Amino acid sequence: MASLLNQAFQNAKSENRPALLTYTVAGDNTKKKSLEILKSISNYADICELGFPHNTPIADGGQIQTSAYRAIKNGIKINDVFSIAKDFKKSKRTKPIILMGYYNMIFQYNENKFLDKCKNVKVDGLIVVDLPYPENKKFAAKCKKRGVNFIQLVSPTTSPVRLKKIIKDSHDMVYYISMLSTTGGKLKVSPKKILERYSRIKNQNKSKNIVIGFGITEKTIKSLKKADGLVVGSAICKEISSSIKKRQNPVTNVTNIVKRLKNKIK
Amino acid sequence: MKLKRGIPLIDQHDQYGFWGGKFGGSFIPETLKKPVEDLTNEFKKLRKDKKFLKKRDYYFKNYIGTPTSFVKLDNLTNHLGGAQIWAKVVSEANGGAHKIYNATVHALICKAMGKKYIVGDTGAGYAGKMLSMAAKKFGLKCKIFMGAKDIKRQKPNCDAMRKNGAEIVPVYSGSQTLVDAVSECMRYWVSNCDNTHMCVGSTVGPNIFVKICGWSTAQISRELKVQLKSEFKKIPNKIKLINCVGGGSSAYGFWSEFIDYDKKQIELIGVEAGGPKKSKLHAAPLSRNAKIGILHGAASYLCQNNEGQINDTESISAGLDYPGVSPIHCFLKDTKRARYTYATDEDALNAHVMVTKYENLNPSLEPSHAFAEAIKIAPKLSKDTIIIVNSCGDAKKDRDILKERLGKR
Repeated sequence: MASLLNQAFQNAKSENRPALLTYTVAGDNTKKKSLEILKSISNYADICELGFPHNTPIADGGQIQTSAYRAIKNGIKINDVFSIAKDFKKSKRTKPIILMGYYNMIFQYNENKFLDKCKNVKVDGLIVVDLPYPENKKFAAKCKKRGVNFIQLVSPTTSPVRLKKIIKDSHDMVYYISMLSTTGGKLKVSPKKILERYSRIKNQNKSKNIVIGFGITEKTIKSLKKADGLVVGSAICKEISSSIKKRQNPVTNVTNIVKRLKNKIK
Repeated sequence: MKLKRGIPLIDQHDQYGFWGGKFGGSFIPETLKKPVEDLTNEFKKLRKDKKFLKKRDYYFKNYIGTPTSFVKLDNLTNHLGGAQIWAKVVSEANGGAHKIYNATVHALICKAMGKKYIVGDTGAGYAGKMLSMAAKKFGLKCKIFMGAKDIKRQKPNCDAMRKNGAEIVPVYSGSQTLVDAVSECMRYWVSNCDNTHMCVGSTVGPNIFVKICGWSTAQISRELKVQLKSEFKKIPNKIKLINCVGGGSSAYGFWSEFIDYDKKQIELIGVEAGGPKKSKLHAAPLSRNAKIGILHGAASYLCQNNEGQINDTESISAGLDYPGVSPIHCFLKDTKRARYTYATDEDALNAHVMVTKYENLNPSLEPSHAFAEAIKIAPKLSKDTIIIVNSCGDAKKDRDILKERLGKR
């Protein structure tokens, strides 16, 4: 049987559009609210990424840092993240969810225990920002054994030889980082160039779903719609921050953004 | 877990960069894989390149001003009774601390790689000051990332950086100290690695940065070995090398030539920052038995909670105020080659007062931690024991803190 991730991509393809992937930080701004946000945006998003908040996130820009610090301040723990994912999966059984985080949290929780938990909660995929290839091979195999997709990252600096190896060892989905940047940076490479590089990756193996992330906002998303999937994270985290500041309901505001994003790629 | 003889410690790691199978590594985002690999290859080449070594030695001698002196602290020795206390006055190096070695080598590597921009992190401000000096010397544009709290408490070094034409980027996230400065510097590098070289200010970070820094500071122990032989005719039978440990770059540099010796002959003692006496916070992952965790691309003993969040640290010395520590020191701890302990803020201040009272030496708060241990153990030791403290920084940068804590002096 095809994984839920594969199904989500196929479904988007049948509608002639890229899959929309959202990223939010678990527990931002509270455990309850972040579950509500997740449930609500999943009516428009094809795949939901949920981040483990970490207090030293070396690859994240200001927006996601702010979300993470806020969630930690509100007392979110690793088990809370799992319980959010579990609750989400209960009501949205067929909606794929990807957990994303830094390796130290997994290491402290214990790799095997962490992955067993992922399996029990029915997590579909896992992204570990600071566990690159080939160091992640063993870990990726452990994921596969439990039916969890390990999602490899590739970037503009990935060499052709390395790219080939990564794609060969990847599972259903590969994440292409659009530019040299932390998350939430301004798109500093032309969409044309990004799509050129994207094609080079896609041509390695057409059966892999390649998504593009970093720098994707309401302004830029349309220009990249040729991809299999597009990830929006910082723009959403930013909206949560501004909703809190304006004392508005982040659930409504974030849902509206995701709705608009979806409309732009239809 | 075992140390090998005859191979520099910086090279005793496995193919993934781990010392002892579990310390170090390169936990980095994909984007940094290529620049880290490029740097690794370049360094591998350069350290065997005779021309490059000649250049390094030239600048070490004529720019840094090596060798730094090795002196007996007679008054302090007489006052304490017991072991002889000596100091390797590394603070005589150009700029006033050992950080100049790593900064100079990184600037030379940056030049060799054809990059025009160099960025670095700093806590006490010495790593930043030295990098700004080296950048100026070699015509590189320089940005220094520094926690907002440290900018306030280490003003003299900030003034120096600005004077050298470097831009100081204040970091307001987290605890606004070194840990946040390193994170922000790495983020900057992720975004600019195509034209920018990154210098990590200590023997921490992804494997290659541990190696480059250790290779640079090793100069200290090369000099000391020669100085010991000329002073005592041979390497004495009872030596204790005491060094403060934050990231651990000066300690590694001070010890590297002596690691192969039996620890009964040469004991290596690392002194971490115990923080204020009355506080639970500290920056002493080795001596206060922290668990292994991953920070800034490397696995090491780490001040963290059981969820893997990095703990706040606290120390009077900005240079030691870091939750992690070099993987090399974790390896030395687990193989029992080195012994690690800590000194509190108060211990360090008292040591600073005592050393400056008896000697014509002005150690900064970082090496004052090492002096605190020397002062503690010297009276109990025999007169033929040689204690050597690496006085690796000058207290000029600490004038505001010293004034506040000790009153007008």
